Amino acid sequence: MVSEKDVAHIAELADIGIEKEELAEFTGRFNEILDYFDILDQVEQATRGGTDLVNIFRDDIVEDSLPADEVLANTREKEDGFFRAPRVM
Amino acid sequence: MATLTFPQDDRYNAFITMLDKAETGPGKLSGIGIAIKDNISTRGIQTTCASRILEGYLPPYDAHVVKLVKKAGSGIVGKTNMDEFGMGTTTENSAFGPTKNPADTSRVPGGSSGGSAAAVASGMVRMALGTDTGGSIRCPAAFCGIVGHKPTYGRVSRYGLIAYANSLEQIGPMARTVSDISLLMEVLTGYDPSDSTSVNCPYAHIPDPDIRGLKIGVPEEYFGEGVNPRVASVVWDGISLLERKGADIITCRMPSMAYALAAYYVTCTSEASSNLARFDGVRYGPPADTRQTWHESFQERRRDGFGTEVKRRIMLGTFALSSGYYGKYYAKAQAARQQVRNDFLRLFREVDVIAGPTMPTVAFRIGEKTDPLSMYLSDILTVPANLAGIPAISVPCGTSEGLPVGLQIMGPHFRDERVIDVAYAFEQGVSR
Amino acid sequence: MTGTADTAGQESRVTDFSDDEVIIGLEIHCQLDTLTKLFCGCSTDYRDDGPNTHVCPICLGLPGSLPRVNRKAIEYALRVAKALNCTIVEESEFARKNYFYPDLNKGFQITQYDRPLAVKGYLDIEGDDGEKRVRITRVHVEEDPGRLVHKGGADRAKYTLVDYNRAGIPLIEIVTEPDIRSPKEARKFLNKLRATLEYLGVFDSEKEGSLRVDANISIQPRGWFDREGKGKADRGRAEVKNISSYKGVEKALTFEVTRQKNALRRGQRLGTETRHFVETRGVTTSSRSKEMEQEYRYFPEPDLRPLRVCAWADEIVLPELPDARKVRFMQNYAFSSTHAATVTGDWKVAEFYDNLPIDLRTQAATATWVADTLLGELNYRDMSISSVPSDHFCHILIDLKEGNITEKSGVEVLRHILDQIKDTGSCESPKNYIEREGLKVISLKGTVEAQSGVTGLLTDDNPIVIAVKEVIAEQTQAVADFAAGKKEAFNFLVGQVMKKTRGRAKPADVNQVLSGILGKEG
Repeated sequence: MVSEKDVAHIAELADIGIEKEELAEFTGRFNEILDYFDILDQVEQATRGGTDLVNIFRDDIVEDSLPADEVLANTREKEDGFFRAPRVM
Repeated sequence: MATLTFPQDDRYNAFITMLDKAETGPGKLSGIGIAIKDNISTRGIQTTCASRILEGYLPPYDAHVVKLVKKAGSGIVGKTNMDEFGMGTTTENSAFGPTKNPADTSRVPGGSSGGSAAAVASGMVRMALGTDTGGSIRCPAAFCGIVGHKPTYGRVSRYGLIAYANSLEQIGPMARTVSDISLLMEVLTGYDPSDSTSVNCPYAHIPDPDIRGLKIGVPEEYFGEGVNPRVASVVWDGISLLERKGADIITCRMPSMAYALAAYYVTCTSEASSNLARFDGVRYGPPADTRQTWHESFQERRRDGFGTEVKRRIMLGTFALSSGYYGKYYAKAQAARQQVRNDFLRLFREVDVIAGPTMPTVAFRIGEKTDPLSMYLSDILTVPANLAGIPAISVPCGTSEGLPVGLQIMGPHFRDERVIDVAYAFEQGVSR
Repeated sequence: MTGTADTAGQESRVTDFSDDEVIIGLEIHCQLDTLTKLFCGCSTDYRDDGPNTHVCPICLGLPGSLPRVNRKAIEYALRVAKALNCTIVEESEFARKNYFYPDLNKGFQITQYDRPLAVKGYLDIEGDDGEKRVRITRVHVEEDPGRLVHKGGADRAKYTLVDYNRAGIPLIEIVTEPDIRSPKEARKFLNKLRATLEYLGVFDSEKEGSLRVDANISIQPRGWFDREGKGKADRGRAEVKNISSYKGVEKALTFEVTRQKNALRRGQRLGTETRHFVETRGVTTSSRSKEMEQEYRYFPEPDLRPLRVCAWADEIVLPELPDARKVRFMQNYAFSSTHAATVTGDWKVAEFYDNLPIDLRTQAATATWVADTLLGELNYRDMSISSVPSDHFCHILIDLKEGNITEKSGVEVLRHILDQIKDTGSCESPKNYIEREGLKVISLKGTVEAQSGVTGLLTDDNPIVIAVKEVIAEQTQAVADFAAGKKEAFNFLVGQVMKKTRGRAKPADVNQVLSGILGKEG
């Protein structure tokens, strides 16, 4: 069972804004779903299945980078070749 | 080179972006227009995943499968509607409005590849690409009455597929006939070094309808209480047809089904919570507000850019991976997943394929399903194949209440050919 | 530890630290010197190029992109793990470390968590009290994030500028146990580690930003760390993050020792905190405590396959490492222990030495000249040995060896050519300079008349003879004094000749000529 406060904390952790009005409904749905997940408690810890595929590598050979105009094409927030982002504290 | 012109009347809202013409060239798909689900990157063509947070995004590169279909001569006619980021079973979770089911426009087409299914079912295109994370190709195929195949995990490159749940999803073909599915499989499969989970197993196969002696397993759990009795009955009729064509029907049990749905939702939401962290508006999508602080801007972008279901799943995944809960949820989900895999491995020692309904019901009415958990529960029959990574196809096998019903065939890893053969046998059997 | 027990509720103050020890653990990130990034084929040679010119869909974090592991990066990491005597983990895997920051464009960093590449190794160093073993907890591989730029400084910038050229550069992370006991030991450890990485050919320490260190430091009662009774009276510790120079590490830790001791003297409880080192001021400052609540939600990277590389690691043959090279230099090249340690402690210097002509290499004078003189002049000018043209350097050594120039002149020539290289990037040959400045030693060596004894040397055109005759003519008083038996007068005359020849005559030769002309020994 999680409380509204827990859900608000998870939203904070996930950096997702949910409005106060949505919180109650979110919490209700959340708990229904988490209750359903409780069935996993009955599962015994299995040993990891052996993966056939291991050691997938690429050679250390230089490939073309994206041309600068394509790199910055999808944003208007750019300056002197840099991306412009909101300031970090 | 030929130019396809493409009808612009999208009465089912199957498309987010439509091109008014498409170039086709020589190759296996020459002259064929193809629709591509909007979570697959197409160079220079808007790719949104049906989300506001990617509105206007023009990828500077083509997904591997897009390169393949272009090389095979196909012309891309547009990008199809879907549940936002693949999260949903009805294509109602789209920022661009729901898609309507061509079989009954008051109903959903299924999801998340609902747009691709509607485009094919309505005759707008002959073929489409969809993606299947927990049933997202097979469900709309079943609800719309077309064929949809989820390949064995690793047979089709995921490079360029905007990730929802990396360990579960595959791009796959959707069409009106099994032969077209098979043709598209020839084009889509094969090793791609840019995808580290890609397997070298190209598909080159003509479907063979001879299934005499084939052992078909039918798990009890696939006909359990959650399955609508009329749907169950239609599917049993379908299975009986296969028996008349020479197959042996063997009932069996899959105890791990009890955990499959929970394992699926814990896994996919966990992976999604991480995959969707990159949409900060700095490099693409609606821009971040540089007058704010990073934290404020990031939170606002996600609040405004993601729909409710996406937010819900991100939060579930964040919770499942957080310290103190990782063991209870994520680790247990992987253990349950291993059990599902082991169940299939065990069954496939006794039988050649497994059959059952694709979906527990026919298509819901638009707006009918409002409760997320009950929506999740409708994936119960499709998620096991994703958890195990095995191939699975849905082929139309009749109607219930006038709405299409899908028969699902699943097979062992890398036996897509066999699964497609059984579907072909069924299709041929029905048409006689 | 003596302390005054205050009233209940207050910590006891520490007044005497003689029973305490400084406990330091390091977490070091080094950029591996591969041609391409860890997960994509973008070139790693970005430092001279504009921002965002070495990026592709993968390292830019575009939706739909997928990582591909650079084999060379793993090979380099395995070399390091072996050189640090680690056990290679049988099956290791990549993991996602999830947090939101503009330099991390996917919203997660691909790193290693539960199952790193290698564990449980060690590096032996010269500690404060003799040779000491610093244990290595783990070695793993991860990607570097991008770079943030703040115009006008981090405090005043209205927004952040982001350059992703660095995003995806392969990093190796090496974590030590808290075995280090002083800031000086930390520096020694880092020097040894840096040398080892350079010897392995996996790291270029001259690349700016190629090494970053996080340091954990606390002051605890002696033995506290090893005893099981760890639970009691933990004084807390500081983690100083992101120190980007070797000198900075020692400075930061020295500052911390003082700061923590002062706090303990005041009876303050330190707690566990994160701090930043401000290089320009030589101090550490407290970071926002929000960092402590970071929840990374690690889980295995689903886009990458696991690594099973024990067999591969077994096949890797390591090159000669610093300790072995030091022994070889002492045995084969007439190095003292201290000089051998200095020269082999830097791969580029050791390589420079090993590539000198064999007859020079084996001379003790060469060893001293490189270890003392050359490195001294380079350090003074903040220059690297890579800028020293070996042939020019050898010319100086040969002239010294053959007595063509004095030691003092040799240093003068070296300083001159280094200054020229520093200013213009190139230099004239020592030969030119020596000739132009007339530095060649004036000596009696080689004169034909040598066999006929001293008088045979007294040819009038020999510069020493000329100088001596001039001095004798000028310094009549001293000559008379010497003739009268004052020995000091002879030395005075020698000095005057040296002055006249501007130090270029060998004192022994001056002595000889002077004695010969004056008719008796000085």
